Amino acid sequence: MLATLIGFTRDWDLAEECVQDAFERALQRWPDEGIPRNPGAWLTTTARNRALDRMRRSSVEVVKVREAATMAQPGDPEVDESAIADDRLRLIFTCCHPALALEARVALTLRTVAGLTTEEIARAFLTPSSTMGQRLFRAKRKIRDAGIPYRVPPAELLPERTSGVLGVLYLLFNEGYAASSGDGLLRPDLCAEAIRLGRILAELMPGQDEVRGVLALMLLQDARRAARTDEGGVLVTLEQQDRTLWDQDQIAEGAGFLAQAPHGPYQLQAAIAACHDSAAQAWDTDWPRIASLYTQLATLTPTPFVALNHAVAVAMADGPAVGLPLVDAIDVSGALAGYHLLPATQADLLRRLGRRADAAAAYERAFALAPTEAERLFLRRRIVEMTGAAPPPI
Amino acid sequence: MKYLLLVTSAEDVVVAPEDADPTPWVMEMDRRGLREQGHRLRPVSVSTTVQVRNGELLISDGPFAETKEQIGGFDILDCADLDEAIEVASKHPAARFGTLELRPFWDE
Repeated sequence: MLATLIGFTRDWDLAEECVQDAFERALQRWPDEGIPRNPGAWLTTTARNRALDRMRRSSVEVVKVREAATMAQPGDPEVDESAIADDRLRLIFTCCHPALALEARVALTLRTVAGLTTEEIARAFLTPSSTMGQRLFRAKRKIRDAGIPYRVPPAELLPERTSGVLGVLYLLFNEGYAASSGDGLLRPDLCAEAIRLGRILAELMPGQDEVRGVLALMLLQDARRAARTDEGGVLVTLEQQDRTLWDQDQIAEGAGFLAQAPHGPYQLQAAIAACHDSAAQAWDTDWPRIASLYTQLATLTPTPFVALNHAVAVAMADGPAVGLPLVDAIDVSGALAGYHLLPATQADLLRRLGRRADAAAAYERAFALAPTEAERLFLRRRIVEMTGAAPPPI
Repeated sequence: MKYLLLVTSAEDVVVAPEDADPTPWVMEMDRRGLREQGHRLRPVSVSTTVQVRNGELLISDGPFAETKEQIGGFDILDCADLDEAIEVASKHPAARFGTLELRPFWDE
């Protein structure tokens, strides 16, 4: 059992203490609760959990304790504030190192930088807590055993690694924003966490347009959150959202992080979000500007998602008849096969062109692919509008 | 930290000899003191696999794993950390047509 624990912790002292703890707990509990069916496994699990707990706590505590120290004594000359900032930044870059699996980077950032518990992270990603614990443990072990440096990368690596960190933050935000599967109840607010981390990063790396860009983008998108679904949880399109529900303070804050002439991918996406957010009514939206920002974005990040959004913007600026061939071309390329928003967009443009039967067929295809209940409800409603038929069973 | 750099590529990949020549890389990394030793290996057609199962020695011709990419060479690196090892690996000519794997030594 001790060997198992040592193999697990790679730390003799910690392993021994945790095994001892497990025996003590057994002595307390077994007389009342009875001896478990497999006492050996119970002890090993208990000791392992204890070890996991201790290891996790020690990694966050260093940062938390120092943070608390700064807040308590802001003027204390003993506390080197820039050293604390450096520690934090080092931690962020280490957690987001590209040699770690993407999902491990996300989990580790939430655990060690944001200070969420393993259980909270597991719930946020709808993963069993034990799986998440393993993922975190493996990531930390890789950092140690593979020699991933604990530092802010040197200048020649900094741009690439920074964009990696921003990628993790934005993925985190999107996970929260889309609540990608199941219902969003009881899940920790990943959007708020991502924004909080974005603020920290923007403070630690002042003057970096893309860092400010990702923060701007998150703030500007999250500002619309209250209007995104109705009371029944049904998704409300941007066009039909009640814009009085948008958080104007947050929009102003987000716009404040925009560069004069946006250039990087996050600045461009934030500028697009700002175009939407600044339109008092849907018909006030500056679609030609959005289409041109997407054209710029497509040269930097030529992904099929950007192409799809560009097509939508063109359809809004120049009419559905101009946009539809662009969407159909993406469909033919097969680059977005299985992505529900592709047929949903085709359906929308067909509806606007008055081709109700074609639109209904496309909505059906989107319905079959939609990952969330809110989106399925919305699409079901559209199918009914187009056909007047009884809704398909859910 | 010590790393084993495994140089793998498909054996039938066609590369111009000057593009596959690791000599400049070897010279640079030796000069920087990051490469302890290394060697190119004969193709898997002359490799031998050894296993002991239930006390019985099993010897067979060829590689254990039937994969397209085979180990064609190795280097032992001594680098400050993974970032340095990645930098060294990325400069190896085989990085452009094969795959390089970095395995840290198991040091207790």
